[in-house]
Amino acid sequence: MTDKPIRVLVAKPGLDGHDRGAKIVARALRDAGMEVIYTGLRQTPEQIVNAALQEDVDAIGISILSGAHNSIVPRICQLLRQEGMEDVLLVVGGIIPNEDIPALKSAGVAEVFQPGISTQVIVDFIRTHVRHKRAPAG
Amino acid sequence: MGDMAKEVGTRVEPKPDALSRQASAAAMEWEEKVLKPALERSPERQKPFTTTSGVEIKRLYTPADLPDFDAERDLGNPGEYPYTRGIHATMYRGKVWTMRQFSGFGAPEETNRRLHYLLSQGQTGLSIAFDLPTLMGYDSDHLLAEGEVGKCGVAVSSLADMETLLQGLPLEQISTSMTINSPAAVIWAMYLVAAEKSGADWKKLSGTIQNDILKEYIAQKEYIFPPAPSMRLVVDTIVFAARETPRWNPISISGYHIREAGSTAAQELAFTLRDGMEYVEWVLRAGLAVDDFASRISFFFNSHNDLFEEVAKFRAARKVWARVMRERFAAKNPRSWLCRFHTQTAGCSLTAQQPYNNVVRTAIQALAAVLGGTQSLHTNSLDEAWSLPTEAAATLALRTQQVLAHESGLTEVVDPLAGSYLIEKLTLQTERACYEYFDKIDAMGGMVAAIEKGFPQREIHEAAYAYQRAIERKDKIIVGVNEFTSCEQPINILVVDQNVTAAQSRKLRNLRERRDQAQVQSTLEALGSAAATDENLMPFILNCVRSYATLGEICDVLRKVFGKYEEPAFR
Repeated sequence: MTDKPIRVLVAKPGLDGHDRGAKIVARALRDAGMEVIYTGLRQTPEQIVNAALQEDVDAIGISILSGAHNSIVPRICQLLRQEGMEDVLLVVGGIIPNEDIPALKSAGVAEVFQPGISTQVIVDFIRTHVRHKRAPAG
Repeated sequence: MGDMAKEVGTRVEPKPDALSRQASAAAMEWEEKVLKPALERSPERQKPFTTTSGVEIKRLYTPADLPDFDAERDLGNPGEYPYTRGIHATMYRGKVWTMRQFSGFGAPEETNRRLHYLLSQGQTGLSIAFDLPTLMGYDSDHLLAEGEVGKCGVAVSSLADMETLLQGLPLEQISTSMTINSPAAVIWAMYLVAAEKSGADWKKLSGTIQNDILKEYIAQKEYIFPPAPSMRLVVDTIVFAARETPRWNPISISGYHIREAGSTAAQELAFTLRDGMEYVEWVLRAGLAVDDFASRISFFFNSHNDLFEEVAKFRAARKVWARVMRERFAAKNPRSWLCRFHTQTAGCSLTAQQPYNNVVRTAIQALAAVLGGTQSLHTNSLDEAWSLPTEAAATLALRTQQVLAHESGLTEVVDPLAGSYLIEKLTLQTERACYEYFDKIDAMGGMVAAIEKGFPQREIHEAAYAYQRAIERKDKIIVGVNEFTSCEQPINILVVDQNVTAAQSRKLRNLRERRDQAQVQSTLEALGSAAATDENLMPFILNCVRSYATLGEICDVLRKVFGKYEEPAFR
């Protein structure tokens, strides 16, 4: 009896083009056996939530280094709620000052990964916290 | 160029001459009598030792590592082809490198204050950072600008913003570098018109626009249009500069961002110089002679943690570029052979943990840049893994350069590390690695073709992934992150004023009401028509700017004609 792999959307919202981290995380998640869809750059919150819906993902990883997280991430959370996708695990990585983390978590972000985090921590967190919809019955 | 790689290669591989045979014999005796017992008593800490880029580093370098080394051929003199030792004969004894701190945040007024402040603290050149909407050719009130205005740099949507940004600055006396790429022609036009309106003579204006679109596709990803029209814009600016602004560098071909994206030192150098060669080819095709423009090509490199690797990279840069310009492009003017460069210390090496450690990192990286002979230098601030620099952090970064310049003795000798067996060997190795990459990229049909095939992007990603794995395995130690961690003391960081967007939007509304809308329309239409031909677009862009058409309005016209670029999917 095997679980189907965890499906993760890795997304780059806003105008930020720095994708070194997002690509490394995507690869690390793939190496850990997850199925990863990488959105590419400059996605709007609407595009991200739509992709998550279409791809029926278990988790979304947002990568944002531009300082625009306080407006973009809550908007993504709002759209996820609208679509009834609160069970999709939402994590954020990038340049996020400590002061901003409580508000992001209140908005629905499960965890924020700041510079210096290891990819193993991200893999473990997703594995542990994802509401895995794919475990077969019986 | 294939011959060049082979030629350098044979000189790097042992071809015994008397001195190196002698050195080899002495080395073997030392290994038997001294090294072997030492290793038996106490083995080395790891195997192998590698540079930050993963290049293996030996324990000892001797004359045996430089067989057939000819000081005149392989080293030369400063200020003389191939400039390995420096582009000037006297280097910093004549003039200290320009201290040029990259700055920009919030509204133009705020950045103007920071620029004046840094000048008052002794910086000797200006460098402007723009926010993401500006970098991507959007006005501050555009839908896609939401949340981004003023966050990564200063918001500039119009000539009015540029005039505010430059208020009171002595543009004929100081050089200004602007980090702007896809919309560089537009931002440069705003600078030129603002300067003109303040009474400055274009012939006297000194500065740089980064304007290096190839590295956007490769690394920084702030592209708007597809490659061909983007290259056309770059060519137009270079041709315009050659005619109108003899003291302006219309391009700063960059390796910094390539390195930030995770490349090795050799990739940083090779991709940058090969980008340079691509630009030269395109401008030649536009009909200029190489010596008409090549002396105003400039470069921009990273300075990372591994001091010796970086110094070798800078020296190899000058040597390779000089040879490329003289032999591949047959440039006759020695000024066309010069690899003049600005350096920035490595942003990607800064840690969020224990931020004060970053002062040390930056100092070492600055040291490497100076030992490597940079013309201009930006030193990062300790808080930049968290936010844009506070005034205090930016001041300390500037002081770092001033201590190096005035207290360390570094400026008193030209190319002081020359003659070190290690440095000369690493320089030759880096040079060879460069030519090997040139051969590969030439075989793909050039840099634009290589980019379309995803080649440099893949190389960079592989290097970045290998580096991350090395850190996670603790093969590479990052102090405060994977070793020597401690309880974190929070620091004060810069928070950009939230009202910037509203203030900028108001200014844009007022601007649109005040200006002659018919004139704006007609200049935009003329630009649109010209963009569909092969006319030089700079005069058309200047006219749009003079009528106070906004950045977004001008870029929208170009987006319509040129289209937008989507990069191939990452698998």
